[in-house]
Amino acid sequence: MTDPFLSIVGSTRFTERKVSRELKERAIATVLFLAALVSVATTVAIMWILISESIQLFQHVSLWEFLTGTEWAPLFEPPRYGILPLVCGTLVTSGVALFVAVPMGTIAALYLTEFASPRLREAVKPILELLAGIPTVVYGYFALLFVTPLLQLLLPELPGFNMLSPGLVMGIMITPLISSISEDAMRAVPLELREGSYAAGATRFQTAWKVVFPAAISGISASYILGISRAVGETMIVAIAAGLQPIITLNPLDSAATITAYIVQVSLGDIPHGTPEYQTIFAAGLTLVVITLIFNIIGYFLSRHYREKY
Amino acid sequence: MTVKNLQQQNQTPELEELRANIDRRKLLSALFAVIGLLSILAGLIVILALVIQLAVEGIPRLSWQFFTSFPSSDPEMAGILSAWVGSFLVMLVTTAAAVPLGIAAGIYLEEYARKDWLSALIEINVTNLAGVPSIVYGLLALGFFNYILNLGESILTAGLTLGLLILPVVIVTTREALRAIPDSLREAAYALGASKWRTIWDHVLPYSAGSILTGIIIGLSRAIGETAPLVTIGALTFIAFLPPSPIQPEFPFFSLEWLKSPFTVMPIQMFNWVSRPEIEFQVNAAAAGVVLVFMTLTMNGLAIYLRYRFRKGIKW
Repeated sequence: MTDPFLSIVGSTRFTERKVSRELKERAIATVLFLAALVSVATTVAIMWILISESIQLFQHVSLWEFLTGTEWAPLFEPPRYGILPLVCGTLVTSGVALFVAVPMGTIAALYLTEFASPRLREAVKPILELLAGIPTVVYGYFALLFVTPLLQLLLPELPGFNMLSPGLVMGIMITPLISSISEDAMRAVPLELREGSYAAGATRFQTAWKVVFPAAISGISASYILGISRAVGETMIVAIAAGLQPIITLNPLDSAATITAYIVQVSLGDIPHGTPEYQTIFAAGLTLVVITLIFNIIGYFLSRHYREKY
Repeated sequence: MTVKNLQQQNQTPELEELRANIDRRKLLSALFAVIGLLSILAGLIVILALVIQLAVEGIPRLSWQFFTSFPSSDPEMAGILSAWVGSFLVMLVTTAAAVPLGIAAGIYLEEYARKDWLSALIEINVTNLAGVPSIVYGLLALGFFNYILNLGESILTAGLTLGLLILPVVIVTTREALRAIPDSLREAAYALGASKWRTIWDHVLPYSAGSILTGIIIGLSRAIGETAPLVTIGALTFIAFLPPSPIQPEFPFFSLEWLKSPFTVMPIQMFNWVSRPEIEFQVNAAAAGVVLVFMTLTMNGLAIYLRYRFRKGIKW
């Protein structure tokens, strides 16, 4: 007596089907793997393009001049290639943005996790998500044609292009990002900590500020870092409202150019391939990537540290 | 007697001090609640101001003529025909590039990847790519698609660029959607003799389709508002013509000529008008902004609604 099942298993037809099925499965797994590799390929392509074009620039401009020069005028005669004015403009606009977004985002997150009713929280969250969806070119329009004139009522000397107004608008834009990540971090703080604090007679504010906030600090600071790297890379708001003068100044009331605004400005003209002008936007882009990469790495380690805590 | 007196004398001011302290702390707490509410309100008010200002400036300019006219040096005559057609065609390419790639990569990472250095590398990569400034994708497009692959300043280049830009969004939401499907479903399929791919294709994917769709819509709504990466490839041109039609009267009835066509898109058209010194053009910018905000908010709203529905609908 042979087992009918075993006889099927032993038959060649079954083995053939099994082999062809196995092959098909492997082919599919390979295709899926290749799709996942596209993201790695993108990173490699980005770094390769940025570095190879920048190297061509650094063949006739010294890296030292690029990093320490205080004048950025690659289109003038004689050209000057000091990136510092652009870095300065980028940091000032980002600084203004963080000055708005960090307190507002933190307070909003503390309020939403510790004070607000669940219904309010559920209503506010999707609205904040909607804000993140507004195109940045619209925020730029708003900064130039609404916020700047409004600020000029208070500060009559304020020029039409300045770093204050795009910085403020950028701050409003990244507030939801900071508040939503901070909120997640604060939500992860165990309830026992709060209960202990309340049992010791603390008020809601004391619990929120002295217990929940410190307990979630690494997650919260990771959200700040993300906010910084978003502000540093933001393009259209500053390109529209901050002006295009590459000068070194720490005064947000001045007009200045950022790294991203410079790239946009050059791209608007017809850039001949292979000229120093063409290469400078890649060198500027590389600087931008290095700055955001540094912040992202710090953020990555902060959020890892935070995950290990509980 | 004297001791009791002394105790009373000592206690009363202490108790009062304690009470005052509690009151102060309660007041501080209430004050913070007000500040918290105000800071959320402030954000909402700014956005309300943005939308109202845009609407007041822009809505009167919206007309049939505005949607069916090409850009023009006369602000009264200018319209957004080439811009919205361009946006639509670029979005087609973006969807075709990002959706299959993103879903496939998401399936690989969630269902197939072993826990080794390679999948860790891919994961860190996806996270990092999500944080790369969008203008850097523009530089990639300029250097790689435009000059190395020689695709030119075309709809194809723009669509591929935005496709790469939203790829991390699609990958991450696909993974989250797949993770939400309980393992018992997969085990049931395996128990009946289904292969891994059959299990995913016939069971896991259909159940997660709703959540994946949500991610795709969010990604596309981001892509439709992106300006910087397209400015970089040199898209800011005065486009007073439409790309060749994809449908033809003769065999084979469709053509891919439009992929190579120069183009402009809605956000670039708006940027162009904002940057002009003449005030008349800023009305056009506001009108284009109204259309743009309407499109992105509708897409985002749809995504939020879908997510809400799918979360509510399925209980595993």
